[in-house]
Amino acid sequence: MVVLPSRNAETLEKAQEIKGRSLWVDARRRLLRNRAAVVSMVLLSIITLMAIFAPLLSPYAFDAIDYNVVSCSPDWWPDKMVMCNAGGAHIFGTDSVGRDLFVRVLYGARVSLAVGLVATLVSLLIGVTYGATAGFIGGRLDEFMMRAVDVLYSLPFIFFVIILMVIFHRNFFLLFVAIGAVEWLTMARIVRGQTLSLKQKEFIEAARAAGVSSFGNISRHIIPNVVGPVIVYVTLTIPSVILAESFLSFLGLGITEPLTSWGVLISEGANQMETAPWMLIFPAVFMAVTLFCFNFIGDGLRDALDPKER
Amino acid sequence: MLSYAVRRFLGAIPTLFIIITLAFFMMRLAPGGPFDSQRHLPPEIEHNIKAAYNLDKPVYEQYFIYLGRLAHFDLGPSFKNKDFTVTQMIGEGLPVSARLGLSAILIAIIVGVTLGTFAALNQNRVSDYGVMTLAMVGITIPTFVTAPILTLIFGVYGVRLFGYDISLPVGGWNDGALPNMILPVTVLALPQIAIISRLVRGSMVEVLHSNYIRTARAKGLPNRLVIYRHALRAGLLPLVSYLGPAVAGLLTGSLIVEQIFGIPGIGRYFVTGALNRDYTLVMGVVIYYAAFIILLNLVADILYAVLDPRVRYS
Repeated sequence: MVVLPSRNAETLEKAQEIKGRSLWVDARRRLLRNRAAVVSMVLLSIITLMAIFAPLLSPYAFDAIDYNVVSCSPDWWPDKMVMCNAGGAHIFGTDSVGRDLFVRVLYGARVSLAVGLVATLVSLLIGVTYGATAGFIGGRLDEFMMRAVDVLYSLPFIFFVIILMVIFHRNFFLLFVAIGAVEWLTMARIVRGQTLSLKQKEFIEAARAAGVSSFGNISRHIIPNVVGPVIVYVTLTIPSVILAESFLSFLGLGITEPLTSWGVLISEGANQMETAPWMLIFPAVFMAVTLFCFNFIGDGLRDALDPKER
Repeated sequence: MLSYAVRRFLGAIPTLFIIITLAFFMMRLAPGGPFDSQRHLPPEIEHNIKAAYNLDKPVYEQYFIYLGRLAHFDLGPSFKNKDFTVTQMIGEGLPVSARLGLSAILIAIIVGVTLGTFAALNQNRVSDYGVMTLAMVGITIPTFVTAPILTLIFGVYGVRLFGYDISLPVGGWNDGALPNMILPVTVLALPQIAIISRLVRGSMVEVLHSNYIRTARAKGLPNRLVIYRHALRAGLLPLVSYLGPAVAGLLTGSLIVEQIFGIPGIGRYFVTGALNRDYTLVMGVVIYYAAFIILLNLVADILYAVLDPRVRYS
């Protein structure tokens, strides 16, 4: 008796896969029709690939210092009043100790994107587990868990991250965890809300009646069904994580030399912008474009996965 | 309603308490104290200094001493800036920060609501897309990029308009003179303008499609009245609950803006204080900021309950 319903559910799942025009196929079609989202996906892939293959794209090492070309503009820079011309293969010019800016922007992309992905993953894990548990079990536990989230919400979290970074001396790994731990709250709320409404649905009731455990219900039935809103929120979390990292780096609390991130580069560029504006402009443009892309993809996904919104 | 407000207020106290406790112990976790300097002090002197600040006692005892003082609104002496108490330092910086933040939030609300309403009234037209694209720009470009770029354009390169030089000062506070305020306030307000206009557009679009607006139109009310009297009232409700997060965002932004523009507010104290292990100063700033955010969340909740007749708290 216990096995029968869940096997039925499996057959149903398979049937849906074969049918072809599932929710996901529909969603993909809608997403691909969204021009801003498609352009964003292409741009983002290019930036990601450039970041991955950064060492192959430039003849310079990211930490190679060359005092002959300190703060030099690229060859093609329109303003010829600059101090010196880097020439050669420095297509973005050089920074204040003569390192190639192009390769540093790409290495900054590596760090920023990695922080974005890992911290988002951390927030995803905590948020989904927490929210699904609170929503599914409900009652007193739910009330307590959500009250805790409320309390955490009103903490000025960035301050705690700053204190953390000061305490642990800019530990790279901790940066991921700290930012991820800040960003899970909204995720938990979204998942809990979805879970609450799913819990009332007949198929959950059926599974429960068939004797599926709470854990089994959460992992097999609840979590797969909250994937839509979660994906949307994940794409919107990545840029905010990248922002948080750059924010910390800008204050001098994030990534340390010779490694770099967009925040560090922008911070250095801002100090030199009067004499060497390219040092600010290139990292800023890369970062802005990336954040744009994530936001457009997130918006596109939201429209694609939730057609009611339109 | 009153009992709801009182209960919410009492509920805020444990939150503040948790924040104080967390911040206190986190700061103490940090390796290195405020008096570890390059030059080595004779042990007796070091001991005396530590004793003067109670740093020789166990951490939990320090915690209770701190709480006891806090109950008298005494934030203690600054560890790094001798002869100054934290209360004095914050007292100096707070008016500056508050003026900056209030101006920014006011401008953000006025401009954001106007843009959002305008976009909603022109839904899916070019002007709507234009405003929303601008809002996206405002959200994605962080404060620490807009600040230097605007400084570069308006401060360094200078702008001439009708033959007048309208360059703005790139830094300093100058007792809050208007030209000194323009750039920092703009930079601080931009992301909030963007978020608020998106928020208002979303809720206004929903409201404008609702039945009671159609009824108002059907009974022949002029468009202006429909919008001002009926639509805006409901459409601006989400803005009220955004008040708390908006202020939190402004405070975070102020850390950057005060640093870039060299403004003597309390945001600057926080970063330098954390780096110098100035325990009491950091604690003081965190408490002020947290209390402010909690207070605004509280006000927002109560305001929401007052404004929205559908919300009933018993």
